[in-house]
Amino acid sequence: MADYDIPALPDYPEIPPIKRDVMAHSQPYIAAPEHQEALGFPGELVDDWHDKALTKFAELLKESRALQVFMDSCVKCGACTDKCHYFLGTGDPKNMPVARQDLMRKVYRKHFTWTGKWLPWLVGAEDLTQEVLDDWYSYFHQCSQCRRCSVFCPYGIDTAEFSMAAREIMDHIGKGQKYCNEIIGKVHKIGNNLGLPEKALANTLEGLEEDIEEETGVAVRLPLDVEGAEILLITPSADFFAEPHVDSLIGYAKVFHQAGVSWTISSYASEAANFAMFIGAGEQMKMVAERVRKAAIDLGVRRIIVGECGHAWRVAYNFWNTLVGPFDFLDPDYPVPQHICEFTWDLIERGELTLDKSANDHMTLTFHDSCNVARASSMGDKPGGQFEIPRNIIKACCNNFVDMAADTIRESTFCCGGGGGLLTDDLMEIRAKGAMPRMQALNEVAKSEGVTHMAAICAICKTQFAKVMPEYGFEMDSIVGVHQLVSSAIVLDGQRTEDEETATASAAE
Amino acid sequence: MSYMYNGTEIAADEEGYITEISLWNKDLAELIAQDENIDMSDDHWEVVNFLRNYYEEYQIAPAVRVLTKAIKKSLGPEKGNSKYLYELFPYGPAKQACKIAGLPKPTGCI
Repeated sequence: MADYDIPALPDYPEIPPIKRDVMAHSQPYIAAPEHQEALGFPGELVDDWHDKALTKFAELLKESRALQVFMDSCVKCGACTDKCHYFLGTGDPKNMPVARQDLMRKVYRKHFTWTGKWLPWLVGAEDLTQEVLDDWYSYFHQCSQCRRCSVFCPYGIDTAEFSMAAREIMDHIGKGQKYCNEIIGKVHKIGNNLGLPEKALANTLEGLEEDIEEETGVAVRLPLDVEGAEILLITPSADFFAEPHVDSLIGYAKVFHQAGVSWTISSYASEAANFAMFIGAGEQMKMVAERVRKAAIDLGVRRIIVGECGHAWRVAYNFWNTLVGPFDFLDPDYPVPQHICEFTWDLIERGELTLDKSANDHMTLTFHDSCNVARASSMGDKPGGQFEIPRNIIKACCNNFVDMAADTIRESTFCCGGGGGLLTDDLMEIRAKGAMPRMQALNEVAKSEGVTHMAAICAICKTQFAKVMPEYGFEMDSIVGVHQLVSSAIVLDGQRTEDEETATASAAE
Repeated sequence: MSYMYNGTEIAADEEGYITEISLWNKDLAELIAQDENIDMSDDHWEVVNFLRNYYEEYQIAPAVRVLTKAIKKSLGPEKGNSKYLYELFPYGPAKQACKIAGLPKPTGCI
C-alpha cells in the first residue's frame, strides 16, 4: 500500500547518510476555513501574512521566556543532530533538531537581533519568505514534540517549544493543520476528539458491560454521568472506539470494580486529549481543560483519574492547575490529578488485587515509554515513578518482561513517530519512517529475548504502532495497553473459573 | 477531489470522503470502493449497511468492538473479529468502510 520505502532495520542503531530535502514534500492537509474560524483563526492565508507572522512572533517572544532563551542559546555543538527519530528514519538534515530550530531562528535573527538586521550573512539571518514559510509548514509538522533532543542538548533547548510556536504563528496567518484544528473544534462542539455524541457513548459503554459480564460472569459497570461519584475518569476517546485501546478501558473498569470505589465517565468531558498543546494555542488549551474542571464540579466528584493518554497526562500533571486551577474542591488526600497507573499500582502494592500472571503467559512483553509521560511528567512519590510504576504493573501481571536497549527507553525513549498532532493518514510516510528507531530497538529484543508484544500507556502510541508495526514485520496486535494486561490477569471476586467457562460454553452450544 | 457519477460531480474532501452525506447511493459506493481497490462482496455490503444504520441512529460510526459484535451476529463467529474486517477493508474498517458508506471520517487518536 505504501508508495514510499520503509527503512530497513539495522542490527544496531546507525546514523543515516544525509539526504538533502528528501522530506520537503511532506505536508499535512491545510485546515479548511470552517476548522480555522471555529478556533478564532483566519480562514485562509491572509494577504499580509508576512507582517502578521512577525507581529505574532514578537508577541510569543515576549510571552515565553523559554522561547526567547532558546532562540539565543544554541552554540551549534551538534549533540542533538542524531537524536531525532525523524532524522534517523529519513536522513533529511532539516529533521536534525538544530536545523529544525534554525528554520525559525534565522527569521528571529533577521528581525529581532542587531547583527541579523545589519550583518545577516554573518549570522545566517533570513527573512520569512514564501519558501521559508513552506519549510515551516513542512518541517514543523515533522516534529512530534517528543523532546528527546532536549535531553541531549547541553543547554536543554526544547525543539517542541519551536514547533508549538511556529504552528501558533501559522494558525494566526491562516495556515493551520486540518487534523489538529478540526479535532479541537469537535471537542468544543461535541466533547471529544472523535465526535462521539452522548447517545453513542452510552450505547458503547453498555455494550462493554455486556461483554465483561459475558466473559467473567461479573457485572462490572462503566457508569456515565453519575452525580456524586467518588472518581471522574478522564480518558482518551480512542479508549471508547479503537483497538487495542478499548481493552485498557475494560481494565480500568475492572480495577475500579475490584477496588469497590464509585466512579463515572462524563459525557461533557469525554476526552483526556488536549490537542491545543500541539498547536501552541494557550487559550484553546485552557478552554479544553476547562471542560474537565466543569464536569468534575457539576458531577460533584472528589477525585480525577486520567487514563492511558501520554500528552493528556502532561497537560493534566503540569498545566491543569495553572490553566484552570485551583482544584481545591478535590480530596487532597489523593494526588490531584491521579494517573490510572498510580491508582492501580497502589492497589497492587497493598495486595488488594488478585492477579493471575499466567493469563499473559503467551506473551513476552517490553514497555515503550511514551514521550510526554517520560519527559514531561512523573508518577507516584519517588523520582522516576513514571518509568517504574507502569513497569511494576506489567511485572505484576506478566511472567515475561524484558526492557529494550537503555538508550531507547526511560528519559531517552524514542517517540512512536505519531505524536504531537502527526497521527493522521496524510503524514503516513513520515510516521512510518519516524517509527524506525523504536522498531529497531524492538526488533533487537524480539530477536535476542523473544519479545512478542510491546505495552504502552498512550492512545497515540497504540494507534501509531498498530498502523506501522505491520510495515516492519510485526503483527498489528503486538501493541497492547498496560491495563489490557491488567484486564487479562485480574481475577474479580465471583469471577467464573476456566472450568466453569468451558461448562457454560458447552451448555450454550 | 470529487467523484463523477451519472454525469454529476459529487464533491469529496482531500481524502475522498464525500462532503454531502445525502448524495450517497449504492452505485456511488461501488465507485468509491473501486478507487480504494475494493471489490464489493455481500460481506462488504453487510459492513457498509451496518455502518449506515448505526450512523443514522447515533451520528457516528460504531466503535470497532460494536461493529465486530454486530458482524458476529449476522455473518458468524469466524467473521466477527477485527482481523476479518481488516481483510475486507485493509486500510481499517473504521476509516475505509466509512468512506465507502459515505460517512464522515472518524477523527482523533484512532
